[in-house]
This record gives sequence, structure tokens and C-alpha cells, in this order.
Amino acid sequence: MAEAVAFYICAALILGFGALVITAKSTVHSVLYLVADFLCVAALYVMLQAPFLAVIQVMVYAGGIVVLYLFVVMLVNLKRPPEAHSDPRRLGRLGVAMAAAVLVEFAAIFALGWAKPASAGGALSPNNVEQIGRALYTDYLIPFEVASVLLLVAMIGAIVLAKREL
Amino acid sequence: MQTDAPRPMFDTDELVINMGPQHPSTHGVLRLILRLDGERVVSCDPVIGYLHRGVEKLSENRDYTQIVLLTDRMDYVAAATNNLGYVETVEKLYGLEVPRRARYIRTILSELQRVASHLLWLGTHAADLGALTVLLFGLRERELVLDLFEEYCGARLTYNAMRIGGQPVDVPVGWDKKVLAFCDVQEQKLPEYEQLLTGNRIFMERTKAVGVISAADAVAVGLCGPPLRASGVYRDVRKDEPYAAYEEMEFDVPLGVAGDTYDRYLVRLEEFRQSLRIIRQAVQGLPEGPIMGKVPRLIKPPAGETYHAIEAPKGELGYFIASDGKSASPYRFRVRPPSFCNLQALPQLVKGHLVADVVALIGTIDIVLGEVDR
Amino acid sequence: MVEALILPLVKIVIVLVAVLVTVMYIVLLERKVQAWVQVRLGPMRVGPHGILQPLADVLKLFVKEDITPARADKWVFTAAPIIVLVPALIAFAVIPFAGDLTLFGLTIPGRIADVNVGLLYVISVAGIGIYGIILGGWSSNSKWALLGSLRSSAQLISYEIAVTMTLVTVIMLAGTLSMVGIVQAQLAKGWWFGFMQPVAFFIYFVGALAETNRAPFDLPEAEQELVAGFHTEYSGMRFAFYFLAEYANMIVVSTVATTLFLGGWLAPFPNVSWLSFLGLVPGWAWFMLKTFGFLYAFLWVRATFPRYRYDQLMRLGWKWLIPLAILNVVVTGLLKVLV
Repeated sequence: MAEAVAFYICAALILGFGALVITAKSTVHSVLYLVADFLCVAALYVMLQAPFLAVIQVMVYAGGIVVLYLFVVMLVNLKRPPEAHSDPRRLGRLGVAMAAAVLVEFAAIFALGWAKPASAGGALSPNNVEQIGRALYTDYLIPFEVASVLLLVAMIGAIVLAKREL
Repeated sequence: MQTDAPRPMFDTDELVINMGPQHPSTHGVLRLILRLDGERVVSCDPVIGYLHRGVEKLSENRDYTQIVLLTDRMDYVAAATNNLGYVETVEKLYGLEVPRRARYIRTILSELQRVASHLLWLGTHAADLGALTVLLFGLRERELVLDLFEEYCGARLTYNAMRIGGQPVDVPVGWDKKVLAFCDVQEQKLPEYEQLLTGNRIFMERTKAVGVISAADAVAVGLCGPPLRASGVYRDVRKDEPYAAYEEMEFDVPLGVAGDTYDRYLVRLEEFRQSLRIIRQAVQGLPEGPIMGKVPRLIKPPAGETYHAIEAPKGELGYFIASDGKSASPYRFRVRPPSFCNLQALPQLVKGHLVADVVALIGTIDIVLGEVDR
Repeated sequence: MVEALILPLVKIVIVLVAVLVTVMYIVLLERKVQAWVQVRLGPMRVGPHGILQPLADVLKLFVKEDITPARADKWVFTAAPIIVLVPALIAFAVIPFAGDLTLFGLTIPGRIADVNVGLLYVISVAGIGIYGIILGGWSSNSKWALLGSLRSSAQLISYEIAVTMTLVTVIMLAGTLSMVGIVQAQLAKGWWFGFMQPVAFFIYFVGALAETNRAPFDLPEAEQELVAGFHTEYSGMRFAFYFLAEYANMIVVSTVATTLFLGGWLAPFPNVSWLSFLGLVPGWAWFMLKTFGFLYAFLWVRATFPRYRYDQLMRLGWKWLIPLAILNVVVTGLLKVLV
């Protein structure tokens, strides 16, 4: 009961902040709402007994990536002339396309039954950090390593872009 | 502002910031208009005049004897050397003979003043770089110098300690011993400052190769005093045009090599030692005799003009006085203040350095705004 | 009921009050220590030897006018100090201040919570605090504050990497992320990790100085250069929040250092039998002693060193500390496999 109440509060907050992210006038405010959103998602993870994921969510998304967003938003002057924002036809078409894509995605999820609770596993051990580590380094080793190589490439690319004369 | 530089990929603006006149490390009311590219200084415009009190014009409406008191208020951390420069200029203009004992006392006072001024410089310079402890250590020793001055003339900041033609008072009984004792104390304390700064990695990184100025540039821009000598130029008024009792003193003029902030620090630190050496010689060789020469009641120099410079702690301090021979006040009174001339080098020194270095460089040229603005 | 609800609440209150009081007195200690180094007396007027000075300071901050600059972003300007302070305080939730205590037949663990990802929790919570600094500088609508906040956030992010790397070595030695587990691992090994990992401890210390904006890395608030950095425009209680957060962060990094490198609440050399009388001193006292020792080092460094310049600080962080920390991780891993 208490858990359900907490979940619905969290879910409402997530949706509310999500709406604020796209409606806020100031870009900095948007970014702030995004942080709040991520923190609420972390709270959801805690309720799912995944403290490791929750902490990583806070550390990587809220603490790391969004800080970079904030840097970019603050440093790059976003005060473009208003007409650059509003090409109603172009944006309209893009919006319809994206909404359709999301719809198809949802439909697929429901149709294929992916939304059903995971049947395997059973009760999670309270110390699931080890389980995550084991899963990452055995079953999912290749995707994990590929992801890290991808990040490395991105990092080198960024350095090369920033320092051409290096 | 550089406009011919290639534009970077993103449209970046230069940031213009005002440093001062209310800023904790502009050493008074100096205002700098800094143009920054990121944190790098593109250009720097010093704006002066916030402390202008019209000392020069004021002096043209005062008796020659009254002006001594005004000179106190220019470089207010080195009042004794200001006095000395002025009274010697009038003596030169008037052709007055100063007794030897008075010249010795003047030498002692001006070297004590140099130690006090350098102590304040050392403390504030280090504090600007974040080493607060050195400031307190410096003030501790400066206190001793101020006590000596207080015992000699009764004042601790604006001494009014010299008169045209000699000294107002003789040295108090036992004062010479106290001065020698101070020299010993100061000599022991110098390694303390050096321990905190000279070999400190952070201090060296903050000062080495920062604000480098070559000997030719230093001369061209009109630097004087320790900053000039740190660039390797041998110029010391005490040696080149000896005044007071300096020709009878034995001392060395420390020279720098690199002309950077670290060398300016080393030069001033060595000047402490040389000053102590001069003070010891002057106190031990203090001759007997009168302290006041023959000076008429009303000082009215003959028509003419003269320029006379001394080596103040901050550099060459010169006075130009023109007399019309009729009135008891100068017809024209002009000061060549070392702070003002050294400040001119600041834009050149800070160019290309970071904001944090601006603070270090204001410290290293050792300016007093009372003297810059007068 | 008692164990589930009331006990944690009581502990939270105790820890909060203790932290806030410690902050007040750390400020006084700092002024006193610095004064003694600098042949001064420090605060002497309020109470004997100035021991009531913190109360006077707090009172002053309470009654001061709280100014919001013109054209500042009002909401962000108000929220920023809170965003800084809250993470600094909630980080204490996982710090094990003592071993288990027994009181009235009740076994009370000497911490608020023992999360199995305790160390990660501290790191992630510390990361949130950066927002307050960036936003405070940005929302003040002042160039000085903006410069200060950019410096500060760049500095914090850079040094966080080095510090986190040192924590990795500790995790490798302890085999757990739980703060309590790390202390118990030190008991089992018989050595504090500070002795086993001197390089990591050193990097942690330097990184901690930088992360808490302390001298010689106190650039964001270099008063001689940037007036006061990101909180230039703050006054009154909102300024007090920043101030509180800075000192609370100092205490956080000190308690983490104590837990990770200095054996937490353990007495020194718990497994040397002839030193067992040291165990008579309660665990929380040892913890406090170690934490204060670490804090004292902060103050000592401040009174001794000049300040680094921004680019030098970055160079030190990226070209020395981070490679050194990574190397340390590799060497530790090799030793763990080989030995």
C-alpha cells in the first residue's frame, strides 16, 4: 500500500517534471527540471530494490551528463532570433513523425507482451551489485566492451575536434 | 582590442570586466578595465585619479616648510623617503649645506623606510597569491620599524621627519642600539619568509616567467627601482647620483636576470639585506656634530629651477621645483613618482596572462595609489 | 516501531545537530589555528577566548539583509544555496560514526543507514552539489560570479575523477562498497588502508582540498582575484547556506577519509595485543579524533601555501593526479592478482 502510494507520487513527479522540461521558457530551467526528473527516476529504482542502478542514475545522469548540458546551455548563447524557432510547417511534420514513431513503439511493446513483469530471477538478493557485475562481465561482456570502445572513440573525437593543431 | 585575429569557430565575445576601484587587491583605488578572452587578458587599461588630491597645485600655495607635510601623504607607506627627496631638492635649489650627522640620520631613516615599505610589499604580494601568513609576518616586523620611527619623530605613518637644511630632532638616547637590535631581528626573520616562499613550488609556478619584461623594454617604458633592476639594468640613484650619506656607505645593488615576477621578488629580498647593511654602517659610523645647518627664517630660494631624484623604496622619486625668487612658495612644483611610472608597464606586463596573474603583477610593481594620483 | 522509525529519526537529528555545531566550531577553529600560525590571537571578544564567536556569527547572518540582485533569476538564485547544502548534509546518512552500541538492551548501529552501495552514494550525492555552484554563479547576473562558478565547477569535475579513482583502489582492497564493510575489511586485514594505499591516500587528500575549494585550490573564491567567486552576490542567510555547505563538505570528505583510509571507528592497531587498552576509548571518540586530525590538516595547509593558478591547477589534476591514480589502480590490481 505504502509502496504503491510512493510509486504514484514518484510517477506523477516524473511526468510533471517531464512536461516542465519541454514547456519551460528558459533553457536553464529546462535543464534543472531534467535533473529533478532524473532524481525521481532514481527514487523509482530504489523502490525496485536496485540501489546500484539508482546511485549510478544519480551519478552519471544527474551528476555528470546534465552538468555538461548546463555548461553548454550557459556558454552557448541561445538567444537566437525568434523566427529560427518557428517554422510551423517543418516542425509540425517532424512532430507528427516522432509521435507516430513513439506510438508504434508502444504498440509493439504491448502487442509482444514485453510489459509483463520479468518471470525469471525470483526474489532479488539485497546485495544485487554483485549480480549486476556478474551479468555485465559474463553474459553481456561483448556489448559492455563495445560500449566502452564507443565511448573512447567519442572521447578521442571530441579531443580532435577541439584541438586541431594537436 | 585585436580585430585582425582569425575568428574562432564559435562566435565568442570578449568579456570586459572592471577590476576596481573597489577591489581587494588593486592596492587602493586603482581601476583596471580588462578585456578577457576566456580567462586570458587581451588588454588592460588602468584608470587612475580616484585618489587625486592636487598635492602639486596645493604645494604651489604653501610655504616651502609646509610642503614637507604634504609629501608625507603621497607614498603613505614610505613617508620618510618622500620627505628626503623634497628637502634635498630645496636644499639643492637654495644651495644649503647639510651637516654630516643630519645626512647620516637621513640615511638611516630612509633605509629603515625601505625595509618597512618592502615588508608591506612582500606581505601584500604574497597575500595576493594566497599566502596570507607572510602578510602577518611582514606586518609583525614592520611594527618594529614603526616603533623606531615613533620614538624618533613621534609619528608612525606620516612622519614629517625632515626639515630643509637638516633634521628637526637628534636621535633619542639609546635609539641607535634599538636600531641595531632591529637589524639583527630582521636578519633572522628573512629566512622565515624565504622558507615560506622562495623554494615553494606553488609560489615559483605563480611567479616564474610571469610578467617578463626585457631590459630594453623596461628602459623604454620607464620602469624604475627594483622592477628595473630585476630586468638586469644597473640603475640605482644611490650609486649613480649619491645623496644623503650614500657615497660613504658600502653596499651592493642586486640585479635580476629574467625580469619576471620571481626575480623582482628576489631583488627586493636582497635589498632587505643591503638595507640592513647600510643601516648598520650608518648607525655605527654616526658622526658627532650639529643636526641643523644654517637656514634662514623665511625660505625664499633664488629664481631658478632644479630637479633632484632619490632612490625611494619603489624606485626613482624625483622632485622638480621652480622658484620665481620672489614668493615663499614654489612657482611650479612637480613630482616624478615611481609608482606612476611603474604602473605604465602594467598593460604590457599583463597582456596574455590570466586574471589571476593580474593580481600578482599589480603586486609585483609595488604601487601606492596615493603616489600615483597625488 | 522503535527500531524502524524512531531510532533512525533520533539518529538523524543527532547527526544533523552534531554536523551543524561542528561546522560552527570548525570556523572558529580555523580562525584560531590560522591566527596561531600567523602570530595573532584570533577571535577573543565574544566569550572567553572567543568560544561564543560562532553564535555571534550566526546571529549576524540571520539578521543581515538578504539581497537579490536586480535582473537575477530569482528562483534559481534562491534554490542554488539549498541545492549546495542539501547534498552536503544527506551524505552523512551512510557514514558509520561508530560500531554497534548497546543501550538499554537495544543494539544500536552507529550510523543512520548501511547501504550496500554506500560509497557510490556519497560520490553521487557530492556530484549533485555542483549544480548549486554553477547555478548560483549563473543566476546572480554578475560576471565575477559567473567566472567563479565556471572555474569552480570545472575544478570540481576534474578532481572528482582523481578522487573517485582512489576510491576504486579502496574498493578493490575491501571487496565491498558498503562503508561499514570497508571498515570491517580494515579490521580483518589488520592494516588501515591509509598504510596499504599511501599513494591513494595522498591523492585523496589533494583531491579533497580541491573538491572542497580549500587552499591552495581555493580559486573559485579567490578573494584577491574574483572578490568572492560564485557567491559574490549572496548575502544574509543564503550566503550562510553556501558557507555551511562548504564546511559541511569539508566534514564529509574528512569522515569519508577516516572511514576509508584511517580505519573508521577502530582504535589504532586493534590486533596488536599490548595496544588493546586503546580499545577502552569508545569508537565514536576515535572517529572524531581522526576526523579532526584530517580537518586540522586542511587548516594547516591553508595557513602555509600560496594559491595555485587556474591553469596550473588543471594541469596538476589532469596531468599528474589522474594518471597517478589510474596507475595506482593498475598496480593495486596487479598486486591483488599476483600476491
